[in-house]
Amino acid sequence: MTTVSQRAAVPTASTDRTAVCAYDRLTADLGVAALIDGVQVAIFRLADGTVHAVQNLDPFSGAHVMSRGITGTRGDEPTIASPLYKQVFSLLSGECLVTMDKAPREGLDPRLTVFAVTVHDGLVYVDVPGAM
Amino acid sequence: MTDTQKIVVVGGGMVAHRFTEAMRARDTDGRYSVTVLAEEPRAPYDRVALTSYFTGKDPEDLALGDPALWEDGLVTLRRDAKAVAIDRDAREVTDAHGVVHPYDHLIMATGSYAWSPPVKGADLPGVFVYRTIDDVAALRIYVERRRKELGRSVRGAVIGGGLLGLEAAGALQELGATSTVIQFSDRLMNLQVDEGGGQALSRLIENLGVKVRCNTATEAIRPDKHGHVGSLKFADKGEQLVDVVVFATGVRPRDELGRDAGLTIGKRGGIVVDDTCLTEDPAVSAIGEVACIQGACIGLIAPGNTMAEIAVDRLLGGEATFPGADTAAKLKLLGVDVASFGDAFATTPGALELTYADPVAGVYKKLVVTDDARTLLGGILVGDASAYASLRPLVGSALGGDPAAWLLPEGSIERPNVELPDEAGVCSCNNVSAGAIRHAVTEQGCHELGEVKACTKAGTSCGSCLPLVKKIVGSELEKSGIELSNALCEHFDMSRAQLFNAIQVSELQTFSEIIERFGTGRGCDICKPTVGSILASIYNQHVLAADRAALQDTNDRVMANMQKDGTYSVVPRVPGGEILPEHLILIGQIAQDYGLYTKITGGQRIDMFGARLEQLPQIWQRLVDAGMESGHAYGKSLRTVKSCVGSDWCRYGVQDSVGMAIALELRYRGLRSPHKLKLGVSGCARECAEARGKDVGVIATDHGWNVYVGGNGGFTPRHAQLLVEDVDDETVFKVIDRYLMYYIRTADRLQRTAPWQEDHEGGLEAIKAVIMDDSLGICDDLDAHMARHIDSYEDEWKAVLNDPERLRQFTSFVNAPDDPDPSLAYVEQRGQRRPATESERRDTAVLIAPTRLEVRS
Ligand SMILES: Cc1cc2nc3c(=O)[nH]c(=O)nc-3n(C[C@H](O)[C@H](O)[C@H](O)COP(=O)(O)OP(=O)(O)OC[C@H]3O[C@@H](n4cnc5c(N)ncnc54)[C@H](O)[C@@H]3O)c2cc1C
Ligand code: SF4
Repeated sequence: MTTVSQRAAVPTASTDRTAVCAYDRLTADLGVAALIDGVQVAIFRLADGTVHAVQNLDPFSGAHVMSRGITGTRGDEPTIASPLYKQVFSLLSGECLVTMDKAPREGLDPRLTVFAVTVHDGLVYVDVPGAM
Repeated sequence: MTDTQKIVVVGGGMVAHRFTEAMRARDTDGRYSVTVLAEEPRAPYDRVALTSYFTGKDPEDLALGDPALWEDGLVTLRRDAKAVAIDRDAREVTDAHGVVHPYDHLIMATGSYAWSPPVKGADLPGVFVYRTIDDVAALRIYVERRRKELGRSVRGAVIGGGLLGLEAAGALQELGATSTVIQFSDRLMNLQVDEGGGQALSRLIENLGVKVRCNTATEAIRPDKHGHVGSLKFADKGEQLVDVVVFATGVRPRDELGRDAGLTIGKRGGIVVDDTCLTEDPAVSAIGEVACIQGACIGLIAPGNTMAEIAVDRLLGGEATFPGADTAAKLKLLGVDVASFGDAFATTPGALELTYADPVAGVYKKLVVTDDARTLLGGILVGDASAYASLRPLVGSALGGDPAAWLLPEGSIERPNVELPDEAGVCSCNNVSAGAIRHAVTEQGCHELGEVKACTKAGTSCGSCLPLVKKIVGSELEKSGIELSNALCEHFDMSRAQLFNAIQVSELQTFSEIIERFGTGRGCDICKPTVGSILASIYNQHVLAADRAALQDTNDRVMANMQKDGTYSVVPRVPGGEILPEHLILIGQIAQDYGLYTKITGGQRIDMFGARLEQLPQIWQRLVDAGMESGHAYGKSLRTVKSCVGSDWCRYGVQDSVGMAIALELRYRGLRSPHKLKLGVSGCARECAEARGKDVGVIATDHGWNVYVGGNGGFTPRHAQLLVEDVDDETVFKVIDRYLMYYIRTADRLQRTAPWQEDHEGGLEAIKAVIMDDSLGICDDLDAHMARHIDSYEDEWKAVLNDPERLRQFTSFVNAPDDPDPSLAYVEQRGQRRPATESERRDTAVLIAPTRLEVRS
């Protein structure tokens, strides 16, 4: 099975990887949330088969809802839009591409944390540093 | 700041508004503060549009410009504050409350009052003038009251057959009264039109049921036996029974304050000013109708606005002078066009008059040209004034071709396409030239009519120049090669309506096929929900069917409304607002079991807040088991049909509004549309359901129902407009079926019915033609489409409950389906819970224990 990594950095310790669910449990373009050692992660399988993971916390609302946003593209960049106030983020870098003229909630970074994902033997692994 | 100079404006009318607006726009250094003393109890409003008060406009719709002007720190508006004395030595104005307002510069803008001749009986109840909102409001109340008292339609008379008199006659008709215009002179509008025009006008007006009596002097108004107005007695001994009289016999300047203050007054009244609008006192100017400029007071708004601009310019050190007044006028009375402009009476030596008259159609047109028939001097247009907007700016320039082209009905010979010179005035109300409009397009980046209006103010007062403004904007855009983009987003280069068509014709049913065929890329949060909604409109399949789930916007995706903390609210349908006690109890029970916050919605149902994603199916199951279903509170779809209690219980009701509302709600439930749809049904004209604030409002009459369309609450409130009158149930369904389907097919993304109707070419009339006269030949198709929708309706909640595949979406975490979102936190308020604020989260003491959130049963 293909291995897809969204970050240049290869996971350092394989123990950081957490198996989250079966790849087949994911529906194309429909996100799911996962709880990995207290951290909420939003996971997306895109139409091209790649899998991406970002923080589930929406920095503009403070609610954990990113997994319920709409996936799409801006140019060639795969994106996820917040379901609450519609800010658009890159799934590759986590960068906020469209702020809708809003500022993030106090103390929150407008950029989403991106987590490395690997698919192995039909299982989806997410690399949350410090987990397990 | 100490060096801010104080300007006091006496009078809060249209010209005072223009002065204040122009001062705030141009005095960028804040040199002046402006205090406006207004006698009327409201902010300045559009007096020119006063008559529209009778055609359903609210007083607020008459507001002038941006209301934020009155919030400006350098502007003070004192309503209900008539100025009563001016002390020019002390430079102070005292208002009726005894408040003293010092000034550095005083602007007199007191306008005019409606003058009525000293006819006996002019003080009887039932005699009115026509100048202010209060005047027209009092007239309306009186006519409505008399109609009830008399039990028949009210007989009205307007004394004065000028511009204002005809407007008042139209207003009386609008109020359901009969009206007779009593004119002293030999023809109507004798100041604007000649004999031929007057005749055509009389004929047209009489065809509309307004009686016209020329050459008639009114001698007295006589009371009936209760002391109300009862009849008119004329100088020729004739008599006429009347119940209400409106005087429209001209206006006189309100120069009394100026007179008391010792300012020079003109021979026929008005405060005398020079071409810079200054009186003999360098600290006092006068502008608008009260100013006697170049020897006369002018009763039109355009010259008044020009004076306001001049006064501002001068105060800021400019050099502007009054160029003379344009007394052109165009109006539409009871649907009859009348226009007169330039040298309408051919007083220029050697002037030629070219006339065209069609007595059958009631059209009379006259152009006044120079002796070589090449240069336009003026004209009169009655019955068809379509050429007015193009002709008026051409006064003084060459007509460019055969003048007859302008006289014959539009389309019989092609009108010469003359390019207006830049300096030609297009909007006379706001003094905007053709050049200024072109500039707005080419230099200021305005690419739409609305933007040009906002930027130049052209067409924002009487609106008669709008066709011309539109034409200039169009040709300017064409010249600069700018194409108006109506692309949905970067993925689809077409509007929603075009996309709808494309999808319908191609019969493609998945997003991936559609974007491959008609778009580029993978889509986004704009085009995906749009395509999702179009597919749902066309095929009425489940929103989560096939690859649809991923297309749906936040709420549609889980068929509930996401709240700020990421939990959802659940609203079961309560058709027409009628609910069984069992269902009320069930809703209460569910809310208690899940700790949900409950609130009654504006749409007559009950909203339960705070349900977590994974709780939704369990909650639906209980509702569905008891026979309830989704209320689509989350969808761009039919929301609710609000109803009043109607004839079953209400002592005034004439039809069963609740029954009608339920029938409508069940008919259109689940119908996906470009934006949400709300309907309302009232059981009588008292309109307790506020149906005219809805997309479709149905109001009972003695004979059936009236259907209104295009209403809107929310951000830009609109009253719905009448579509059909006194129709039976079947027709109500038929016209609404077609109206909604046509809207769904042709509106823009997120465009409510009100703006759709306004933007539709030809407006409501054209929409009427489509759905009533089948002008596009699509009615069968619209009917069939709606029938398909009604037949294939299924409850979305129930469908999901029966489908384990789709139910999988309703889990909190893929790897921990039993864990709720650990970040949710609530506090108690008024006996229920609400999401905790940031600071409350830090103070864990106030938080409700999470155990309370768990399901008890
Ligand atoms: C029904 C109708 C239709 C019209 N149609 C047209 C048209 O189609 N085209 C056109 O060009 N013109 C039209 N007019 C005329 C146009 O409305 C006036 O020219 C314009 O309103 C003049 O503006 P103004 O500010 O000078 O006076 P106004 O708008 O009359 O304002 C003067 C204000 O000053 C207040 N005031 C007076 N004395 C005092 C005081 N002592 N202290 C405080 N406040 C005071 C008055 O209450 C009034 O509110 C129409 C008028 C009416 C009534
Ligand atoms: S609109 Fe008429 S029928 Fe309905 S509640 Fe009001 S008064 Fe009664």
